[in-house]
Order: sequence, then C-alpha cells, then structure tokens
Amino acid sequence: MNTQFQLHDFAGGIHPAQNKVQSTSSPIADAGIPEILILPLSQHIGAQSISLVNVGDTVLKGQLIASSQGFVSANLHAPTSGKITAIGDMSIAHQSGLTGPCIQLTPDQQDTWVECAGIQDYSNVSPDTLLHTIQQAGIVGMGGAGFPTHVKASAATGSIETLILNAAECEPYITADDMLMQEHAIEVISGISILAHILKPKTILFGIEDNKPKAIEAVNKALSDLGNVAIKVITIPTKYPSGGEKQLIQILTGKEVPSGGYPSELGIVCHNTGTAFAIHNAVIHGQPLISRITTLTGNACPTPKNYHVLIGTPVEHLLKISNTNIANTSRLVMGGPMMGFTIDQIQTPIVKASNCIIAATQHELPDPAMEQACIRCGMCTEACPAQLLPQQLYWFAKSSNLEQAENHNIADCIECGACSYVCPSNIPLVQYYRFAKGEIKQAHADKLKSDRAKIRFETRLARQEREQAEKEAKRAARADAAAKKQAEKKAMVPASDQTTPTADLELLQKKFDAAKTAVTKTKEKISVLQAAEQIDSSKIELMEGALEKAKAKMKDAATALASGKKPQDAANVKVASSLLSAAVDIPNKSVADEIEALKQKVLAAQTRVDKAAERYNMAKEQELDTIVAFQTGLDKQQAKLVDAKQALEEFTQQSEEAK
Amino acid sequence: MEMSGIIIAISALVVLSLIFGAILGFASIRFKVEGNPLVEQIDALLPQTQCGQCSYPGCSPYAEAIANGTAGINKCPPGGESTILAIADLLGVEPEPLDAEHGTEKESVMVAVIREDECIGCTKCIQACPVDAILGAAKQMHTVIESECTGCDLCLDPCPVDCIDMVPVNTGLQEWHWDKPDQIIATDANQTHPLNEGKAA
Repeated sequence: MNTQFQLHDFAGGIHPAQNKVQSTSSPIADAGIPEILILPLSQHIGAQSISLVNVGDTVLKGQLIASSQGFVSANLHAPTSGKITAIGDMSIAHQSGLTGPCIQLTPDQQDTWVECAGIQDYSNVSPDTLLHTIQQAGIVGMGGAGFPTHVKASAATGSIETLILNAAECEPYITADDMLMQEHAIEVISGISILAHILKPKTILFGIEDNKPKAIEAVNKALSDLGNVAIKVITIPTKYPSGGEKQLIQILTGKEVPSGGYPSELGIVCHNTGTAFAIHNAVIHGQPLISRITTLTGNACPTPKNYHVLIGTPVEHLLKISNTNIANTSRLVMGGPMMGFTIDQIQTPIVKASNCIIAATQHELPDPAMEQACIRCGMCTEACPAQLLPQQLYWFAKSSNLEQAENHNIADCIECGACSYVCPSNIPLVQYYRFAKGEIKQAHADKLKSDRAKIRFETRLARQEREQAEKEAKRAARADAAAKKQAEKKAMVPASDQTTPTADLELLQKKFDAAKTAVTKTKEKISVLQAAEQIDSSKIELMEGALEKAKAKMKDAATALASGKKPQDAANVKVASSLLSAAVDIPNKSVADEIEALKQKVLAAQTRVDKAAERYNMAKEQELDTIVAFQTGLDKQQAKLVDAKQALEEFTQQSEEAK
Repeated sequence: MEMSGIIIAISALVVLSLIFGAILGFASIRFKVEGNPLVEQIDALLPQTQCGQCSYPGCSPYAEAIANGTAGINKCPPGGESTILAIADLLGVEPEPLDAEHGTEKESVMVAVIREDECIGCTKCIQACPVDAILGAAKQMHTVIESECTGCDLCLDPCPVDCIDMVPVNTGLQEWHWDKPDQIIATDANQTHPLNEGKAA
C-alpha cells in the first residue's frame, strides 16, 4: 500500500528488546468492576478539574462528577454507577509518589448508565459541535501525556494539511494500541474520520510500526470493507522512539518541528489510536471517556494481556484478577520501561493516560548498576533522537549550570531515555535532565515572582513618596491660604473703598454699631455702680477709662463709615455727617456726667474722711497705741478729699470756659 | 626630503587623532549610559524579598552598595549560596560563605500566615509589608496574599498580638520536580556508601 510513499528517518534511536509478544497472544479481557475506584481530579495536562459531587452522593455510570476548570482542562465522569465514599488526597499515578486530590467511588455493581445520546451521522454536524462533544466527554491524549484533545484539535482547526494517527507504539512491552487496532479497527477508523471532519486535512496518515502485522492487517481490512480511501496506512520500521510525536512527523513528512514549537505550525496534527477510539465512543455513542485498554505485563504476571479497564481502577485489582504474584514483583512500573515510572502503592489508580503496567521481577528489571564516570564515548549523542548533546547537558545538569543547559536546548529533550539506555557507564542521564528541567522551571517561576515582588516594592515606594508629596503640598497650600487671609485682613481697611465697598460698608456699620453698644453698656454699668453707692472710686475710674476708649472707637468707626459711604452714595453724605456729629457730640453730652461723677468722688472722699476721723476719735478715747496709724489714715483721706474737690473745681471751670 | 616625510606622517597622525577624538567624544555623549548598569545586574540576581536582612532598606539599595564596593556579597540570607555564587560570578570576585550575622539560609520557602481569628485589625503588619501582600483595614481582619508574600518576616515584629506564623510553602504536584540523582559514581564510591558498608566493617 505504501510502496510509493517516501519515508524519512530521524536521527539516533535505539532498538531495545520488544517484549510485546507476551501480551498479544490473548484477546482483550474485561477487568470488570473493582470494589473501589479512585478518580484523581488531575489526570491531564492543565488545570485540575473541580469536583461536582459530595460524599454520599449516588452517581450513575457516565455522569459528570468533576468539571474542567478553564479551557486547558478536562471533565471527569463516573466510570460506573455507585456512591461517592470519599473526596480527598490519595496516592495517584505520578512520578513524585505524592498524593493528590481524588474522588473515591464505591461501585454498586449495577453499572447503570446515565442517559446518553450519540450522533449517528456526524457529516452534517458542524466541527464546533463535535469539538464541544469531545470536550464534554473529557477526552485527553491517551498515548501518555494526557493533553486535552479538544485543545489540540481546536487550536489546529482550519490550517491542517496532514492528520497523523500515531499507532507506532514504539516503547517495549506496551501493546494496548496494537490490540485495540486488532479488535476495534472500525471504531478507530471512525474516530479518525470524525477528526478529519473537524480538521479537514488534505492527507490522513496512519503510522504503524512494522512489528504489528496483525494490527496492520486488521486496519487495512477495515479500510477496504468501509471503502475508505482517504486514510493511508504507512508501515514504518521499528525503532525507538518512532512513536514520539516529533519523530513520527519527521518519519512521515520529513519535516522537523521547530524548537519550542508545535506541529500545528507545520500544518500537522497528531493523535493517538486510543484517543481516536475514545472520540468514536463520545460522538457516535455519546459515551464519555470512562475506560481504556491497558496492558498488564511483566514476568511476575502469569497471564500478560490487555484489559479493558475502568478509569480509577486500582492497580491492585488488576494484579488480583491476573493472579500476579505480588511477592515476586520487584518493581511495579506504570507506562513503558523507557519513559514510565515506578509506583510504590498498589492502590494507585489507572488514569486516562495509563497505557501499561509492568509487574517486573528482579531478574527482568534489575536495580540500576552503579554510575561510573563519563568516558566521553559519544554514544548518547548518536542515540539522541532530538539531536541534542546529551554529554554536555549531563555536565551542565550535574553542576547545576542551568543557564548553559538552557542554551543547549535542554527543553527539547523528550526524555525518551535512549541516552541512558546506551550509556556504557550506566549514568542515569535522563534523571539529570529531568532534574535540570525542574530546576529551570523553578528558577523561571522564582524569577517571575521576584520580578513581581520588585515591581510591588517599587510601586509601594512610589506611592509612599507620592503620598508624602501630597501631604507636603496640602500643608503648603494651607499655610499659603492662612497667610493670604492675614494679608487680606490687613489690606481690608485702607483698600475698602476700592475693593468691595458694600461688604466693607457693612463691616464698618457693624463696627460702628458694636462701638455704640459698647459705649451704652459701659455707661449703664457706671450708672449702676453709682446707683449702688459704691464708694470704691477706683472701679468707677476704671469704668470711665473704658468708656473713654469705647467712645474713641465709636468715633473712629463713625469716621471710617462716613468716609466709606461718601464716595459710594452722595445721598448718604447727610447720614454720614449726622453720624459723625453724633459721634463727635458724645463728649459734649458727657460733660454733665463728668461733673456729676467728680461730685460723687468728692462726696465719697468726704465719707471716707468722716469714717477715718471717727476711727481716730475712737482710738483717742480708748488711748490705743495704734493712734498714730489712724492719724496717718485720716491725713491721707483728707488729702484725697482736697484733691477730689480741686479736680471738680478745675473741670467745672474748664467746661464753663469751653461753653 | 626626509623632513617633509616626517611632517606628512605627523600631520596625518594629528588629523587621524583629531577625527577619532571627535568620534569618541561624540559617542561618549550620544551613547552615555544612564545610571550604573552593574547595579541593575546585581539587583536582578537578588531574590527581591525586600526583607532588609542585609541591613539595607531593600534589595536595590544593597545592590547599589555592592556595586559601590561598600558592602560584601554575602549578606543575603534569602538568596543564600546560589545568589552569592551568581554575584561572585558577575563581579569576578571570590565567593564567600554567607555572613551568619545577617541570618541563615532557610531550608524551604516560607510564607506568612495570619491566624485570622486572633487578628485585631491594627494594620501594623500592612504598613510593614514591603510588597503590599497583606490585605485589610483598620479594625477589620487582615490576610496575607500568599502568592505575593516573599517570606521576609518583616510583619512578625510589628504584630502586637503575635498572630502571624511563618509556614513553609507546600510542594504541590505542580511545583514538584525530580531531585538530582544522588548515586555516587562507582569509581569514587567511599565507605559510607551502603554497598561498601560491609567491606568497611
């Protein structure tokens, strides 16, 4: 079929022992429903999905139990009917051996389906609807990485020339895709046709390694039965890692995916066989991704074969139904021997991307040999399918020289393990690269965080400075305003006739009124004092002083008022003059009062003299020793009386003269 | 003849030196570097926790001090050995061990967490936080924005009720990465290696 098809090759690669025959001799068996299902919320690349159920909820087979969070994420469905018995951290299929959030489902063994409706004829359905169906079904790449399929398919829509179905399955031991194609070729082809309907590629290539003759035969038969001529089955030579996405693209098209780029940039998209099968189930039958084909193999397993396993089935269940001797199992590997990882917990569940479980004996997968010094033989460089310099990367990773490792494109390493496989010094090269990649990722994350911290710190400083400046400006503005007010106040009186005459006049009027009131009040006080026959003349004198001052103020105010009113209104002149005369008139009026006051003073002084004389006489009669003191007091009072009389006379004379 | 040759040579050199001098003078004005680029380079290597453990008010003043030669390169405990190595590499000086006077390098990344039911809402920690990572208002409960906290400890002292704890950041699945292979290579395997324990005894 592919006689005229030009195959290419990729650099490097290895030919490890296949170990595939063991598990392809018997058909796919059903693993059944285990006692318990553990469903990790993160079985895919991207954001973890969000649980929609609570402990105690009863769910049906195919019911959505956790929804995707964001676009790059995937839904999770109940693989069988039952009850949610726990939600929390449990051991998951991860290299770290860490626990992760999971939903635990205890099946009721009824296996009751939720209602699901498929699309029998998708040829009239829009690609968007089909993509939506795939997204709802929670389908992820089932070759191992677990990248959400709808993201891969929709990112590439419209610009795809070549759709590749990856059926290479190059890693030793794994036969899940092989058996799937042998038994479900029609469904797989249906899945590819759905993808082709969405992506509308010019060519569809079905890449299979030549170590799967039965699968090739089955696919070819199904294609001829269906009369499908669009899909070309290409048999490629067996070489590890030809199933790597970039390597398969290179073999089939001769194009190399650029460093850091995606195949879609070349107009190529690549999907896995298992994914195609899942797409068929989702679109045609409306069934979400709740099960997969997983290979159970290894020398510790007496009957290696492929199982149709519900997602979430603990590995323990598979070991039990296959009668695997756990005591004989030295290592339990999830995935292939090259890229898989050891699992410590037999409760670890099968997830969407778990294609193989190897129960290996000590003899089969011995402990890694002691690492020896690198002898710079260069075999790793020859084996590297990504054409990197594994030796250099090893030195950089070992000395934590991350910058140089990055410069040598460590990010393009696909971690296939070919270098470690060929290394005569048994150096765990891939482990070093994984470490360096993790450190680089961490360093980038730290750098982002520290950059953010720097920005926040600088912004905070700027804000504090700005606030300080604002405070300073406010203070300055306040001081300015106060100074201005002061200046205005001072300028108010002389500038009154130019600036705001009405306001000033009002002010002057007020001042005049206030002065007038003060004068009246002072007068009242004086009269009250006098009426009460207060003899303390000093108080009256004080009051009189205040009265004088008040009068002077009133006079000033009247003058100011008059001068203020004059230029404004001629009619007011009369008023002003009358005001002025009123003000000037005041002292004339008070002359009589003054005389009266002086008379009162004289009277008061007379009283005091009388009293002093009385006391002196009393002292004289009783012949007291203090008589001298009384004598002095009397003399003083008499002198004061003379003074008061004199003042009265003088004032009377003056006022008469003035008249 | 000889004299004229010398004169030509001298005058040619003078003309050349004038031309190049003019070019250099122009270039020194036209391409003048604003600020000290070294400060920025050093600052980029510092962890930006703004903790002040180096006795400078923030990472950038410390970077400036290093650039001026007034501070040693070993005063940054949050950055630790890797930062010292990076700065030593940049400046071409000998790396020094971390100055214990300024603190010790922490095992893991720490983050401040407020025991919220004990918080009295005094805002003191908010004022102390150099990166505005604490949210709250007077007489309202405060909380730390974990993703922005640099773990600088500066909020601990001002808290009048001691309700702030420094807790190590959990390594989740997203942050986890492989450790460096710890196997000792066979040729220099020493007696402490488990495989050689028997032989040593």
